[in-house]
Order: sequence, then structure tokens, then C-alpha cells
Amino acid sequence: MKVARAVFPLVILTLALSCNLMAQKMKIEPALDTATQVITQQPPIAPLNLFAEDTPDDAGNSMDIRWDLSADDSADVTNYQVLRSDSPDGPFVVVGGTTKGQGSFTDNTVKPGQKYYYKIVAQGAPLTDSTFVSSESTVFGPAISSGQWFNTRRSNVLLWTLVLSASVIFFIYRAKSGGKLYIRKIAGIDAIDEAIGRATEMGRKVFYVPGINDMDDVQTLASIAILGRVARIAAESDTYLEVPVSKSLVLITARETVKESYSKVGRPDSFREEQVHYVTDDQFGYAAAIDGMVVREQPATMIYMGAFYAESLILAETGNAAGAIQIAGTAMPAQLPFFVAACDYTLIGEELFAASAYLSREPKLLGSLKGQDVGKALFLASIILGIIIEIVTKVDFQWLLRVS
Amino acid sequence: MRREIPLIITFIAGLVFVVQYFIPHPPFDAFEQVFTNWFAIVQAFAIWLGALSLMKFSMLKIRRKQKDWFMSVIIIVGFVVMVAYGAYDGFAGMHASPTYSFRDAGTHFDWLYQNIYTPLTSTMFALLAFFVASASYRAFRARNLQATLLLIAGILVMIGRVPIGDWLTSFMPAHYQASNLATWIMNFPNAAGQRAIMIGIALGTVSTSLRIILGIERSHLEG
Repeated sequence: MKVARAVFPLVILTLALSCNLMAQKMKIEPALDTATQVITQQPPIAPLNLFAEDTPDDAGNSMDIRWDLSADDSADVTNYQVLRSDSPDGPFVVVGGTTKGQGSFTDNTVKPGQKYYYKIVAQGAPLTDSTFVSSESTVFGPAISSGQWFNTRRSNVLLWTLVLSASVIFFIYRAKSGGKLYIRKIAGIDAIDEAIGRATEMGRKVFYVPGINDMDDVQTLASIAILGRVARIAAESDTYLEVPVSKSLVLITARETVKESYSKVGRPDSFREEQVHYVTDDQFGYAAAIDGMVVREQPATMIYMGAFYAESLILAETGNAAGAIQIAGTAMPAQLPFFVAACDYTLIGEELFAASAYLSREPKLLGSLKGQDVGKALFLASIILGIIIEIVTKVDFQWLLRVS
Repeated sequence: MRREIPLIITFIAGLVFVVQYFIPHPPFDAFEQVFTNWFAIVQAFAIWLGALSLMKFSMLKIRRKQKDWFMSVIIIVGFVVMVAYGAYDGFAGMHASPTYSFRDAGTHFDWLYQNIYTPLTSTMFALLAFFVASASYRAFRARNLQATLLLIAGILVMIGRVPIGDWLTSFMPAHYQASNLATWIMNFPNAAGQRAIMIGIALGTVSTSLRIILGIERSHLEG
């Protein structure tokens, strides 16, 4: 028993040591396997068929580069690096890269007329933090970029611009030569006379809000053209017209326009500089200031013409609450529902651009409207034709010919 | 000449913009940037005319003791305080080490901007929610066929945008459930209408631009 008592702890100790050693061995073995795997990993197969060419339809400041993906793309490749040099012998520098599965890149750092050489590096798994197993394609070059004299991607825009311009110019000349033109009635523009007349009868102001964009927006230009006509009507009927603006350049233009309109109808003395005044460039500051004026002064008429954003409904609802007759016009599709809901009349999109010509009744301007409408008809006809061609070429009509 | 010179400038500038859109080759490719820079410079000078107009208009209201003239006092005080603190912070920032801008966090200007301007702007924006409700109430009154269609479409889209919509219509085939109906309304009738408006706007823009470039539309120059 004594011997057994002495041997038993030794057996237990031996077993424990053996287990410990086995466990340590089991921990080490997979680590050795992984290390062996990384060290022995083969570089991915190099990308093939590298090709570089000048990007079409640009100023010559970019180069399109394409290559066939490495055969190991789905397995070993992590990414591709694009390298460039001025000489086929290098040195090559990295100008960009793509992720695996992507075999094209646009180099936007080239100079027109200069020779460039490219190669692609397919990178595999990392060896260390900064090195990878990789393989290089053959060098391609020289590739030279150059600027083009016509952007072919805009050919359709040029075609339609020419068609529309020809149509507008044709009808302008036809109108000038005395040809009769039918222009459809636009209720919102017809209502401007009535709205200003209402203000005259009530002895209250007319507010004209030309939107919140600057003079570089064609909507603001259209709005200023309409303002000229509105100011003329207001001056003739001796109604006070107030124009709060949100841009300094609009202030200068609108003030000159209103001043000229007053002079045209022989009432230059009635014009006062403070009729056209600057409020603020800030969107909601502008809305707050106009709301304040409307609540205080209760104008009879509110005219909103130009580019509007979220402030459109804030302005129009306040005008509505003040009981003013309201006419709005904008080419901002998102704001149109708000104006339609809150105003008496709304000029939708193109009607804003037609308003000045419509109000003036000048043959030349009316001719341009007619030309615009004809251009639109041609455009719609081409859309319908396109739909028909698309249906005919895509839909299988064989079933019509089949005999059951 | 007073009218001819602006017309000539408009014609040349308009033509250059049209040409540079179709010709990417130098020097045409740089024209847009050049004109944009010129516009920014002119705009920077013009801002003082705007500020002058604002001060003049506000002082006139105070002098005439027009209704709520004290609002104009607030405008003048606000303008002067913001300009003064902006200038002070800008000057101090230039001479500090490291230098900082008057717009950086922690300046007096920034404090005024964050604690006065931003809440005021947010308040105005928040008003929109109430105005949307009042405008919708008027627009959705079923007075005629169009208004009734608008009402039905509006209700379907609103119901389709909330989870309860699909729950309420779960007994119907998938295509007719609220969220799918709302998507259909937005993607087809709504998109078709929007695109029709967009085409009209594009053609109107070209036509107006042509009238201005050719000098046929002159009302912005002579009233």
C-alpha cells in the first residue's frame, strides 16, 4: 500500500505533464501550418492585355486604362495597382488602383501630348504590414492623351438645341413679317392685370418676390423680365409696387428694371428707390422678413416669380392668410404643389418663361413662344416614336404569327 | 450705347457658354470656371450695395416711425453686432498663435451664430410643418374630380409610407398592398407628370436663353 501511495502521485504527475505537453503541441502545430501557408503562397497570375487610350470627349487631361483580370482574381487577388512612368524602363509610380474584380481605371492626372507608360500590379495576400505577394503585367505604352474639339456625347443635345433654335428663329421672323400666330391663353398671366387692378381699387400694395436665386439662374432672368411688365402696369395704374430681394445683384437689376418701366410710361417721379430693397441672402431670414411685411401691410396682391425652395409654402401660406390674391410661377418641380395649393394662379414650369413674352404681346416675343411650342411638339413626337421603336424591337411578336 | 453694350456683352457671354458646353478642348474648357470666378468677384463687391440698401431702408422706416419700426432697430443692431464681432475675431485670429478664423468654434461670432442665428432659422423652417398641414387641408378638399383624385392619391401615398398601411391591407394580393400602391403612384403617374414638367422647363429655358442672347428679350434691360 505504501508503494502504491508513493507511485500514485507520480503517475498522476506524469499524466498531467503529458497532457500539458500535448496541449502545447496542439496549440503550436496550427500556427506553424498557417505560417508555412503564408510563406509558401504563390503570387497571383499577372493581369493580361493591358491597354491605355485617351479618354474621349474631354480636354485631354485623362487616360482610360483597361486590362483583363488576373486568372486568380476570384481567389488570391486583393486589389490592383495602376503604375505610370514617362519611360518604359521606369521608374513607375502608383497613380491609383481598383479593388478585385474591376479591370478599368481612369487616370485623371495626365497632361495632354505627353507620352505615358503603364503597368498593372495584381496584389495578393500580405507578407508583412507593407508588402504583398504580387505580380506585374507587361508594360503598355506609349499612350498619349489629347483634347477633342467636339464632345460627341452631347451630339443629341446639339441636335435638339439646333432644332429648337431654328424653330424659334423661324417663328420670330414669321411674326415680324406679319404672320398671324395663335398663342393659347395662360390664365395665370391674364390674372396679373386683374390682380394689380384689385390692389389699385383697394389702395394697397403689390408685392413682387423674385425668388432666392441670383442672376446666374435663368428663372431669375425670366422673373426680372416679368417684373418689367408688372412694374409698367403698376406705374400706369399708380399702384405701389414693392420688391424685396435676396441677392445684391438682383437688387441692382430689379431696381433699374422697375425704374425704366416707370420712365417708359411717363411716370419717372413716381418711382422711389426703396420700392426695390435688399433683405438678406439667407433663405429663412428672407422668408421671415417677407412674412413680417405681409402681416403688417396686408398687401392686396402677391406675385412670386422665380426660383423657390422650402420657403415657397411659408411665403404663400402667409399671403393666403393675409387675403391677398396670389400668382406664382416657378420652374422648381418640387415647389409647384405648394404654390398650387396656396395660390390662386400658378404658372407651371415653362409658363414662367413664356410670361414676359405673353404680357408684352410683341410679335417677336410671341413668335419665340410659338417656336418653343413647335419644338416641344417635335420633341414629344420623337419620344412617342422612340417608344414605338423600343416596343417593336424588344417585344416578341412571333406569337401573332403562330397557328395553334 | 447704354443699351447696346449690355446686349453685346450678353451675346458674347451667352455664345461662349454655349460653345464651351460642346467643345472640351482648351481654352474653351476653362471658360466656365473663368466666368464663375468673375461672377463671384462681382457678387462680392455687390454685397455692399445690398447691405447699404438694407441699412437705408431700415433707417427710413425708423425715421418715418412706420408700423413696427423697432423691428428695423433690431435689424441695424444685429447687423452692426455681427459685423463688429466678425471683424474683431478675424483681427484677433490673424495675430494669434496658432491663427484662427472668425468662423471657428469658440469665437464670439460663432457663439452668436450658433445661439441666435441657428435657432431662429430652425424656427422658421419648423413653421413649414404647420403650413403643410393647412395647405393640405385646402388642397385635399374634394370639390371636383381633380381634387378628389388628388385626395385619393395623397391618402394612398401617406398610408403606403407608414408600417400600418401594409398591416391594414395585408388581406389583399401583394401588388395591391399599401406600400406597393404608394410606390406605383410615385414611380408611374407622379414620375410621368414630373418628367413632362421637366421637359417643358428645359425647352422654356433654351427658348428664354435664346431670346436673351439674341437680344429679343430686353425687358430686364429697359423695362
